[in-house]
Amino acid sequence: MNNREEIAKALADCGYIADGELATAISLMQLLRRPLLLEGEAGVGKTEVAKALAAVHSTELIRLQCYEGLDQSAALYEWNYQRQLLSIQAHRGEDADAIEDQIFSEKYLLERPLLAAIRRDKPPVLLIDEIDRADDEFEAFLLELLSDFQVSIPELGTISATTIPHVVLTSNGTRELSDALRRRCLYHYVDYPDVDREARIIMARIDGATASLSLQIARMVEGIRKEELRKVPGVAETLDWAAALVGIGVRDLLEAPETVHETLMCLLKTHEDKSRLTREVTERILGKVA
Amino acid sequence: MSCCGPDPGYEEIDEVSRLVAAKLAAFLGTLRDSGFAVGLQEGRDAATLMAAGYAERPGLLRVAFKHLFSARKTDWDRFDGLFDAFWLGKRVRSRSLTIGSAKAANSPSLKSLQDRKSEPAAGAAATDQIPSDDNGAPEHRAGEGRMEGASRAENLSEIDFRKMADPDQIEQAHEVAARLARTMRTRLTRRDLARRRGYRLDLRRTIHGNISHGGVPITLVRRQRKQKPLRLVMLLDASGSMSMYTGVFLRFIHGVLDEFREAEAFLFHTRLAHVSDAMKEKDPARALDRLSIMAQGAGGGTRIGESLQTFNRWHAARVLHSRSCVMIVSDGYETGDARLLGREMAALAKRCRRIVWLNPMMAWEGYAPEAAGIKAALPHIDLYAPANTLRSLTELEPYLAKL
Repeated sequence: MNNREEIAKALADCGYIADGELATAISLMQLLRRPLLLEGEAGVGKTEVAKALAAVHSTELIRLQCYEGLDQSAALYEWNYQRQLLSIQAHRGEDADAIEDQIFSEKYLLERPLLAAIRRDKPPVLLIDEIDRADDEFEAFLLELLSDFQVSIPELGTISATTIPHVVLTSNGTRELSDALRRRCLYHYVDYPDVDREARIIMARIDGATASLSLQIARMVEGIRKEELRKVPGVAETLDWAAALVGIGVRDLLEAPETVHETLMCLLKTHEDKSRLTREVTERILGKVA
Repeated sequence: MSCCGPDPGYEEIDEVSRLVAAKLAAFLGTLRDSGFAVGLQEGRDAATLMAAGYAERPGLLRVAFKHLFSARKTDWDRFDGLFDAFWLGKRVRSRSLTIGSAKAANSPSLKSLQDRKSEPAAGAAATDQIPSDDNGAPEHRAGEGRMEGASRAENLSEIDFRKMADPDQIEQAHEVAARLARTMRTRLTRRDLARRRGYRLDLRRTIHGNISHGGVPITLVRRQRKQKPLRLVMLLDASGSMSMYTGVFLRFIHGVLDEFREAEAFLFHTRLAHVSDAMKEKDPARALDRLSIMAQGAGGGTRIGESLQTFNRWHAARVLHSRSCVMIVSDGYETGDARLLGREMAALAKRCRRIVWLNPMMAWEGYAPEAAGIKAALPHIDLYAPANTLRSLTELEPYLAKL
């Protein structure tokens, strides 16, 4: 599947409404066998891309959540020390070489996401989430893995990839990534969707959201994003809000301005933002929606 | 933007595709000049793409190249302009390509600075130009004793930057500023290390480490809480009124960025520019080169408030955390709205741990914080200090260490 239209359609079938550029990026991923680096504000649906991609390929999604201090033993592999010790105790007195061979065998190897991703029969989608939270050292290590797709375990030897996974990296930009990693990847900046696309996302995700309501919600959210907020609502928040409105039974935003204002808590997550969007402001934005 | 609509430049691309290799190489060159990090691998992949049929549809090729060549948001935003200018011959060049042409003329402070830095580069040997790389040893002439060198630095530390006229003296002041940045870093780390002590057993690692003892825990592994380093975010006023001081501070910032693991720098005059990348250039002269390119449109007042607004809106979330210290170097002459400045300072104060405002004018005789800008900002500042001599810069260090 290399055609971008096909990819866009397949993504849409899985509930992810992609813009044309993202579909191109995904087709390039397959053509050039490069990882895809997604950057963008929090809540624009970066992680969703990977999930949708896994659904499109109907393959497994292996996720590695990065955090500060993430190291090889949590990301790649680790020996099961407890079991090894038990085994040593149990076989005390036997031939030392035999014990060693035994405790450094696959059975005692704990597979972590990165190792798991290269040992599957069918290429999985490997999502390396929030890579910017990991340390520089880990980034360098990852770079090596992403170029060779093989891992050497001193006690066991080199493990080469049986399949090359589809790698998606996401970054929120809390730390500047190294140029080397950026160069290695295809880059895509995920922006807030435009009104039309956001409306389609709402319709695809929320059961019972009509076309007109979705469009109203999308326009309303776009208006809110233009206000000066500390935390701009993302797509996830929009979906929450849409679900809330549908759940309450709102069919037309203009008919229920009170409910609209009261449910804004789904979108605004700080006290400051909440107090900035007064009733008057809400009504003003609502006025533009019509 | 439309990504596959009928593009007027279709025929042009078709014609170009015959000369693909040469043209592509030239395009890569253009990208490199504009600060894109593209290498051989990217070139090869680009050729693959063109061969795979992308070359026939310029709109599509642009999107594909955009993904391939961009590495960050800034690249992403200006790629389309560059692409159109190069392949379709549209007149967007003036906007996007000035990035490659040094237009330092409209920024007096940077220009003078750059000239001063680049002239010795042409005339003298390279060692004279970058003494900071070899720890400042060779620039003390053989005849001078160590004491004399030190005392000269001591003298310098009392002179107002603005009164330093002799190029040698200025060069030396720059040296000291760079060295200062370095020592600040080491002291802060040492303090950090001394406090590190494990407070909890790491069972997993202990067992692992004691396999050779048959599992008897003889050596214990403790878990340590990671000390987060202080993050220093510097906002430097590069307007005309500050021109006397920008040089030294730029050098200081260059040193800090080089030595601190976590530091970010911004330059502002009428608008804000993120300069960390440009300043990370090892060679200070080249760093200044890149800076002068970024500082287009300088002169014509200082809009501190607006610059801060930009900072709060676009950079703060990424750059600031609860252990950040924001250092603003400015004289506080606001030509924009002083109330806006007050508001933005309040927002900034909520986001970071400390705000240090360095005002070189503060040490001038008869100076009082009368300017509307500084008046509005003052309530939100944790430390308001003069920074017109090297000594006053040094005196900041203990304050930073307390963070």
